[in-house]
Amino acid sequence: MNSETLNTLDTYSKNKYKYGFVTEIDNDKPQKGLNEDTIKFISLKKNEPEWMLEWRLKAFSKWKKMKDPKWSNLSFPKIDYQDIYYYSAPKGFDKKPKDLSEVDPKLIETYNKLGIPLEEQKVLAGVAVDVVFDSVSVATTYKGELEKLGIIFCSIGEAIQKHADLIKKYLGSVIPPGDHSFSALNSAVFTDGSFVYIPEGVKCPMELSTYFRINAENTGQFERTLIIADKGSYVSYLEGCTAPKRDDNQLHAANVELIALEDAEIKYSTVQNWYPGDEDGKGGIYNFVTKRGLCAGKNSKISWTQVETGSAITWKYPSCILKGDNSIGEFYSVAITNNFQQADTGTKMTHIGKNTKSKIISKGISLGKSQNTYRGEVSFLRKAEKARNYTQCDSLLVGNQCGAHTVPYIESKNNTAVIEHEASTSKINEDQLYYCRQRGLSHEEAVSLIVNGFCKQVLQELPMEFAVEAQKLVSISLEGSVG
Amino acid sequence: MFLEIKDLSVKIENKNILKSLNLNINKGEVHAIMGPNGSGKSTLANVLAGKEDYEILNGKINFKDNDLFDLNIEERAQEGMFLAFQYPVEIPGVNITPFLHSAINSKRKRMNEDEIDNLSFAKLLKSRASDLGINIDMLKRSVNTGFSGGEKKRYEILQMSILNPDLAILDETDSGLDIDALKIVTDGVNKLKTKNNSFLIITHYQKLLDYIKPDYVHVMVNGSIVKSGGSEIAAEIEKDGFQKFQ
Ligand SMILES: Nc1ncnc2c1ncn2[C@@H]1O[C@H](COP(=O)(O)OP(=O)(O)O)[C@@H](O)[C@H]1O
Ligand SMILES: [Mg+2]
Repeated sequence: MNSETLNTLDTYSKNKYKYGFVTEIDNDKPQKGLNEDTIKFISLKKNEPEWMLEWRLKAFSKWKKMKDPKWSNLSFPKIDYQDIYYYSAPKGFDKKPKDLSEVDPKLIETYNKLGIPLEEQKVLAGVAVDVVFDSVSVATTYKGELEKLGIIFCSIGEAIQKHADLIKKYLGSVIPPGDHSFSALNSAVFTDGSFVYIPEGVKCPMELSTYFRINAENTGQFERTLIIADKGSYVSYLEGCTAPKRDDNQLHAANVELIALEDAEIKYSTVQNWYPGDEDGKGGIYNFVTKRGLCAGKNSKISWTQVETGSAITWKYPSCILKGDNSIGEFYSVAITNNFQQADTGTKMTHIGKNTKSKIISKGISLGKSQNTYRGEVSFLRKAEKARNYTQCDSLLVGNQCGAHTVPYIESKNNTAVIEHEASTSKINEDQLYYCRQRGLSHEEAVSLIVNGFCKQVLQELPMEFAVEAQKLVSISLEGSVG
Repeated sequence: MFLEIKDLSVKIENKNILKSLNLNINKGEVHAIMGPNGSGKSTLANVLAGKEDYEILNGKINFKDNDLFDLNIEERAQEGMFLAFQYPVEIPGVNITPFLHSAINSKRKRMNEDEIDNLSFAKLLKSRASDLGINIDMLKRSVNTGFSGGEKKRYEILQMSILNPDLAILDETDSGLDIDALKIVTDGVNKLKTKNNSFLIITHYQKLLDYIKPDYVHVMVNGSIVKSGGSEIAAEIEKDGFQKFQ
């Protein structure tokens, strides 16, 4: 399986000769902390051209002057950037569990609940697998088919090598490195992610998914994804897979940029279920993601669908800049928080072009002692004639110790804008629970059914196979929290 | 004894609703309870089903050799108790097919029976639905959501016929039904009836009992059963109302 990782290592060992300073650094354990050498190390490991390294270093010098965004509804200890590894070496070639008996039984149990077959479990749990995993060959088959259509689907690292023109033109064009501290940080140290280019007029015939890629290489904590849909093209992209990811990295700061040219459409779906920390709030990932799409051309469309169930802290606002006239931005979100999780998520819709439309459907479910905030900003610039927004935010509380918050900002500089906003907060309905249980469903099953029903408007936006898994995931996220 | 209610007194929010109520039902029997609004009929149904809002002051209930109070709501359901609600609640986004499928399988699990697979279940559901004049399109909708009163009642009977309970409690299933729907619904009940199951039918009109023949009729007033007998009581009530029982 890990052929790409092997390649990376291979290139790395060849490079050792060229650059002396690397020998001073322990190969397997890059040093902690962030400085210019760290960035050079990463760039070198990735065998990057000079211009890329410069781009990174520029971002780094911006980052040094920046402060982290103000955390509105989140509380956690200050991040010590010098106490973090910035290059997760191909995860533990030596540390890798040898078989499933070395893997946390809780994790295996969850895999089983998700109905994930054994071979797949091994890959996901990072067990060294000798058998060729099916989806790797599947992935190569796909690759051939996609190439025929002129579609580029590869890792961002490969794109930097092979498609420099596209990278130079678009990387950082939607999220400038200096946008805020996390975009600067990511630009300086990103190690992995996907690159997609759909040529003019091409409808991508299959869902593109990182899932297939991830089996071949590990994703880092600073992912960078760039998707470009050229004129009249269409692509649906799935991020991650529904299997739970245990990851000992504390901080994740991904950047995802989407660009839709004239008449193009991008559909981006995410199911995020990283380790949320335990019942007492210990551990878990801090997930600070910047996702932004630019509807650059007329009649273009970008739609974000996300199901967020993991991470100790989620800070994430997939946004759309509606620049092209008649362009459409959509945001469908389910965010479930349990135990001590905190989520502050929502979207930003910026209407620039005429007749632009945006739609926001947000469903927040809070359980345990968690806090769940929807934060949204819809703005209409001066030229956004006859633009429209529809926002619907529903919150569901399960229990008495959790919180749900809705913070919508609206700003309009054009008085032809039409804005509709609906919001609701409710407790899980006892009569519905009673009804389900009277039919023989357990309390837990009943909660899961009702919550899934509550999320349906969003879940149905997901591609079919994904939706089924997402439903199971929703149920699993609710476990142990009721009764 | 199949169901035995002994000296049951129940309170909610400082109000005594059921007062020393006694009722016995044997296997294969159909019982009707009639009584004016507010007499406690739905309360009795909910206490039997296990709804948690009530305070049991006194009494015992035995169901199929279990102390009913030892079982929670879903355990009672899995043991074969079914309540067709007077006001079925809407559950948006929850499709009836997987809902009922999970319901029937949780019952089978408790009874140590094999689960029923998707395909067989879909077939069963379709055929029962068509028996009850329920359009296939209705099976694609969310549980009770946006249904008319009559549609909801039909849906309750559909669920009953799928779950095939040992004891079915019908709480005013007849109200809100026109005469055609009433025929279909009562027909469904009659088809389901065997010598091994029992029915407790709550109504305050006599009309229903023209279609379902009860073995016993009980009059409930102010939280107690004040008179029991055969179908002749229903006729009495039809003629003179509940006045003389109060
Ligand atoms: N949740 C409740 N809180 C307070 N009083 C209730 C509640 N439910 C029922 N009651 C009262 O109990 C009495 C019996 O109600 P119910 O069992 O619904 O009667 P029926 O079904 O015979 O019409 C009524 O006076 C009603 O107002
Ligand atoms: Mg009633």
